[in-house]
Amino acid sequence: MSDINPMSIALKTCAKTFADGTKALEPLDLSINAGETVVFLGPSGCGKTTTLRIIAGLEEPDAGGQVLFDGQDVTQTPIEQRNVGMVFQSYALFPNMSVAENIGYGLKIRKMPSSQIRTRVGEMLGMMQIEKLANRRIDQLSGGQRQRVALARAIAVRPRALLLDEPLTALDAKLRDTLRLEIDTLLRSLQITAIYVTHDQAEAMALGDRIVVMEHGRVAQIGAPRDIYQKPATRFVADFIGTMNRLNGAVRNGVFTCRAGDLPWPEAPADASEILFRPEDIRVTESGEASRLQGTIASAFFLGDRTRLFVEVGEKLPLVVESTARRDFSRGEQIGLAIDPRGILIL
Amino acid sequence: MGPRVKPGVTAQIFPSPRASSCETRGPIFSVPEETTTKMQRETRRLILLLLPAGIFFSAFFLIPMAELFLIGGTGKEGWAAYASIITNRNYFNSLLATLGVAVLTTIVTLIISGISGVFLQRHKFPGNGTLVAMLTFPLAFPGVVIGFMVIMLAGRQGLIGTVSEALTGDKIVFAYSLAGLFMGYVYFSIPRTILTVMAAAEKLDPKLEEAARSLGASPFRVVVDVIIPGLKPAFISAGAICFATAVGAFGTAFTLAAKINVLPMVIYTEFTLSANIAMAAALSFVLGAVTWIVLALARTAAGGTVAAAG
Repeated sequence: MSDINPMSIALKTCAKTFADGTKALEPLDLSINAGETVVFLGPSGCGKTTTLRIIAGLEEPDAGGQVLFDGQDVTQTPIEQRNVGMVFQSYALFPNMSVAENIGYGLKIRKMPSSQIRTRVGEMLGMMQIEKLANRRIDQLSGGQRQRVALARAIAVRPRALLLDEPLTALDAKLRDTLRLEIDTLLRSLQITAIYVTHDQAEAMALGDRIVVMEHGRVAQIGAPRDIYQKPATRFVADFIGTMNRLNGAVRNGVFTCRAGDLPWPEAPADASEILFRPEDIRVTESGEASRLQGTIASAFFLGDRTRLFVEVGEKLPLVVESTARRDFSRGEQIGLAIDPRGILIL
Repeated sequence: MGPRVKPGVTAQIFPSPRASSCETRGPIFSVPEETTTKMQRETRRLILLLLPAGIFFSAFFLIPMAELFLIGGTGKEGWAAYASIITNRNYFNSLLATLGVAVLTTIVTLIISGISGVFLQRHKFPGNGTLVAMLTFPLAFPGVVIGFMVIMLAGRQGLIGTVSEALTGDKIVFAYSLAGLFMGYVYFSIPRTILTVMAAAEKLDPKLEEAARSLGASPFRVVVDVIIPGLKPAFISAGAICFATAVGAFGTAFTLAAKINVLPMVIYTEFTLSANIAMAAALSFVLGAVTWIVLALARTAAGGTVAAAG
């Protein structure tokens, strides 16, 4: 299946200022290895889609910016000559063509003989498991089917890179999970260079070899999903990826003291005034277990495999605690808490 | 301020839709007779609702058309009047000329308006709004004014004639022919076609064009494969109006010259000068019927794709 020759992509001081003066992207340097899947993650307006469109050739970077494909400058090359596959949130399938015609469109443009187009379209239909839809009209398809057709259409032309702009955002949660898995398998098996734009951190964590977290047109952090999650570089990254708890207090003699009580923490830096930690690094103590941290349950949500607790500890925001204990939690209940010092971050 | 009505009171006067739908669903499980009366009542209600439209349609369309058709057969030749439209060279040529001018007008108008409509929608420049507003000007002009403008441009004392005479010594004059009529119709049809195209162009998804380009389509292929199919419904509806107007327009032709051999002029001549009322009626009926057939064919030919695009 690996008939695609992946390429590396590099951006050099690519900035984008729109005609109305809005600065969408601050000068950005980025290199993406051949065959790598890179996810641009950030809230809307962070510049992730603009970056993707600069790579695609749909936007031109401000003067001085350069886009390199395999080391070759393509900044002035229009999109139709860049050979990149694109997948959009709105699918962007041609309504006047059938499913097969949509998938074969890029091949027809390349003047491939129709017998070969048929073979390739057949391959694509098989790969996406949509053989039965070949002759359907686009308006007869569900959202998930449409996105499969869009993927097949983008891949059919054997692009040198695949650019996906929030491809799953328009789908419902369950379908999103299924298709996410399919896209992951697809990208691995094709070994294609892929750039995936999303605002959904779960998608980013699942798909990305590396994640580029963006904020206000700037890169906040680049790294593997695990690094981004466990060692966020900024408060923004810490808050945007996953859930982060915070406690304010002061360190004295290896003990962090806050309103909720004391936390023994031998390696504590002396100047720590705020600590951050993930919900999985805090737990509810068993009855009888000594605890110097106390809180009151503000609300409890039973999620089946676990219970998510919001615990009031005298801070601005309640702590989020995930408990797998087989017991009921009631609002207003006093509980003891224990934090694993290995999970504590200071930013 | 009118008298206040408590919400509760309103609810009693107009039973909620939920309540009434329960009512209609109920009888399925009870006596069938009741269902029949319910259905009969529903049919009667529908007929009653259709009545105003029915009366209007009969009074202003069905009855006059039938009358026109019957009058067409009351002349000296009787029903042969209808056949003479084909057999009489004069009538037949004017029918062909009318349809020819109308088809050409439609095609040229769609090309001009398609390009400018998409352009005006896509490119916002200073004065864009004013220009679009000014484009609606010709919509208000009667055919006479348009004829007058064509004469000023391409008539014996017209601009084109004067310039061409100064440059080549030959005076180009075409206002008083089918060419002049064609120019007037195009001028008249462009505004509303541009407005229709602009409204449709606004709804085109720019992502479709981006997708096509990412697959390697040149700007020309994008126009052929994405923009034109997307605008097709607008082209058909605007084109139909354009065609029908060009077939039936009389004022412009009348202003330009009595010589112009288009069907509305022939009907006018038969009706007022020759007092051949039966022939005028027969020609009118055929003119209407032919236009209707052409439009119906155009719609059917485009039907499948229009439905798919919707």
